[in-house]
Amino acid sequence: MSIIVLIPLSAVVWTSMEDGLGGFWHAVTRPEAWSSLKLTIVASLLVAFINLIMGTATAWLLVRDKLPGRAVLDTLIDLPFALPTIVAGLALLSIYGTNSPVGLNLAYARSGVVVALLFVTLPFVVRTVQPVLLELDREMEEAAASLGASPTKIFLRIILPNIVPAMAAGTALAFARAMSEFGSTVLISGNLPFKTQVASVHIFNQLESDNVTGAAAVATVLLLVSLAVLLGLDLLQRWAARRG
Amino acid sequence: MSIKALNVNKLFGDFVALDDVTVEIPTGSLTALLGPSGGGKSTLLRVIAGLEQPDSGTVEIEGKVATRLPAQQRGVGFVFQHYAAFKHLSVYRNVAFGLEIRKRPKAEIKKRVTELLELVHLENFAHRYPSQLSGGQRQRMALARALAVEPQVLLLDEPFGALDAQVRKELRAWLRHLHEQVNVTTVFVTHDQEEAMEVADSIVVMANGKVEQIGSPDALYDTPENDFVMGFLGPVTKLAGELVRPHDIELFAAPETDTVEATVLRVTRLGFEVRVDLKVNGDDIWAQVTRGTAEQFGLEPGLTVYVRRAPHRAAIPVATP
Amino acid sequence: MVRTGLRISVLVYLTMLLVLPVGIIFVRTFENGIGPVIDALSTAAAMHAFQITVVVSFYAVLANTLFGVTAAILLVRYRFPGKRILNALIDLPLAVSPVIVGLALVLVYGRTTGTGKALAGIGINIIFSIPGMVMATIFVCIPLVVRAVAPVLEEIGDDQEQAASTLGASTYQTFRRITLPSIRGALAYGIVLALARSLGEYGAIAVVSGRLVGRTQTVTLFVQERYQNFDQQAAYAAALVLVLSAVVALLVSRTLRPKEITR
Repeated sequence: MSIIVLIPLSAVVWTSMEDGLGGFWHAVTRPEAWSSLKLTIVASLLVAFINLIMGTATAWLLVRDKLPGRAVLDTLIDLPFALPTIVAGLALLSIYGTNSPVGLNLAYARSGVVVALLFVTLPFVVRTVQPVLLELDREMEEAAASLGASPTKIFLRIILPNIVPAMAAGTALAFARAMSEFGSTVLISGNLPFKTQVASVHIFNQLESDNVTGAAAVATVLLLVSLAVLLGLDLLQRWAARRG
Repeated sequence: MSIKALNVNKLFGDFVALDDVTVEIPTGSLTALLGPSGGGKSTLLRVIAGLEQPDSGTVEIEGKVATRLPAQQRGVGFVFQHYAAFKHLSVYRNVAFGLEIRKRPKAEIKKRVTELLELVHLENFAHRYPSQLSGGQRQRMALARALAVEPQVLLLDEPFGALDAQVRKELRAWLRHLHEQVNVTTVFVTHDQEEAMEVADSIVVMANGKVEQIGSPDALYDTPENDFVMGFLGPVTKLAGELVRPHDIELFAAPETDTVEATVLRVTRLGFEVRVDLKVNGDDIWAQVTRGTAEQFGLEPGLTVYVRRAPHRAAIPVATP
Repeated sequence: MVRTGLRISVLVYLTMLLVLPVGIIFVRTFENGIGPVIDALSTAAAMHAFQITVVVSFYAVLANTLFGVTAAILLVRYRFPGKRILNALIDLPLAVSPVIVGLALVLVYGRTTGTGKALAGIGINIIFSIPGMVMATIFVCIPLVVRAVAPVLEEIGDDQEQAASTLGASTYQTFRRITLPSIRGALAYGIVLALARSLGEYGAIAVVSGRLVGRTQTVTLFVQERYQNFDQQAAYAAALVLVLSAVVALLVSRTLRPKEITR
């Protein structure tokens, strides 16, 4: 466990400090690095938000709707988990790139990056909300109905409060995943620095150019953000567990 | 009549849940829907509440036709077997829910909720969450919640089914007491005949989606209309081609009118009463007598006695196999 | 009304994001018929890529299975200081970018570091060769087996294991005869997940392997390298193979999955 995880990761942080704190700051605030970090964070937030809405809607559809072919859809949702990121990137590029059969060209554009991130984060919110919806006590909804609540009120006051923790957890996971995504963005974004280069691609490029310290610095920033998200998630789960 | 269900039919796929059921429930009464599991009682209750739609038939509540009205608009209070507590809301907010939906002023809500919490003895738990309450407490909360909006009718679906024996007994008595105080038409579903007899004014016996008999506990016990009702509401044994109650069997030392010869097989003391297993014409039956009677006859295995059903007591003819 | 709107928006979203992209891989691969596809996949480079991928995945999944089962048992059945930390750390790989994984391994085991030089001295090369790739793959798969097995271990409880020890079974016997059979399904599920992940790993491998064609190039690296060298046919063909294995893995994992999700 330590050999593979802890030591290497601490090495990253250590190396990033090789040029001292000043060097660290310099590496991170270089225009290229800064731009990639900004793009990554903004895109990830956007993607997390879209997932919050579409993911919950999809989970609802899978649990409450009697749509034929639900099982197929359900299996499909897991595809982004199983598919290699580079293949996802290739697939998205083929549909939404320069030779797009649907006439939508997002290559070399930020929206291309967003679409790639949407693909890889698709299952997260769906899979956290789905089991909660399944377990939801239908009788609570019936009780609310017998007390006079309309279907909208039932959704807002009974269903929603009970799935919010799951929604939040899924969104946090989606955010963390989007932040660290590499493979799917490589092809469709064209890696134009300042325009479509995400943080992980930037790190990769710095490595290729032998700027190991610079790469480590940006990597450390990403690690810190991931850590913060994981901590937040853990706190959230403990708070939710207390409410019982 | 507070509730009228007329010619209600309900199918779930191939399964006939309700078969031409007609029930009328007087205002202010405390009625039990009694019967074995799967007999249709919960379905009937849910149809009355509007949580299920009947395939045919009508439902009237306080004189108004309610058959196609959604549950929201029927003015019924419903209590579930597993409480259906709003687990993300405090006890106070649970009880206040119906009033908040109706946008009542805060002061009014506070007054009513406090009143009800006192009624159910949960005033010290107002700010706890359902997960912190025992089963019995949760059910009392559910009752307070249902009563908060002053329903015309209170429906309870096996309300004590999920609780242990001791708590069940307490809550039964408590429900009876509550009904006397609040006096709203109440219908509850149970499969426990002891519960129905103890609590209800009137009992509707249902099995296989049909109504078997309706009447007061005494009437059902003393004058059952068929073998099912007789067997469901109390102990039975077969004598001279009839189903009779074991405690209605008279013993004689010598033959009398209408008696048959019997041999005592076994004598078991059950508290104050004595159970006597007898053999009559090759059949095994049992009678229940007092300790006094047992001693008087010197009952012991092997003794010959003469038995008959006490005249004017419940008996249902049974086809002999 | 709301329902139709919901259905349409979700279905459109899923079609655009999932169905079309995957479909296009099929279309583009067979654009020129089956012949070119077979040719593209039978080149030396392609065959080598498949071989490398299989080797790396095999070792990675093996190591992960051992680690995963051990960790799951430790977490569920034992108490020890630092348990919470271990638990949190196990989920770490999910949140770390694969490139960072690669970077981290390079920093510790690279040719220029102390450890790297020492190991090179005894003939073990980590970076730019198979061992490094295996390590990187293990890293990203760490949570998969553990998280599949742990809940099942938790759910069945240790009653049976306790019964076994009262009947005289040693720790190993209890493990082999009682614990292992009871987690068989969940373990298989976790292994399939880890396998799918190993086959598809790209970012970490890209950094650690040096992407040497014919030496350390996995199928995923092959796809990227061929595409960027304008050999689209080969890229799509290899991508198709990966898609198919992903779909197979998906279907197999569904049948193995401990709980039912749709009713």
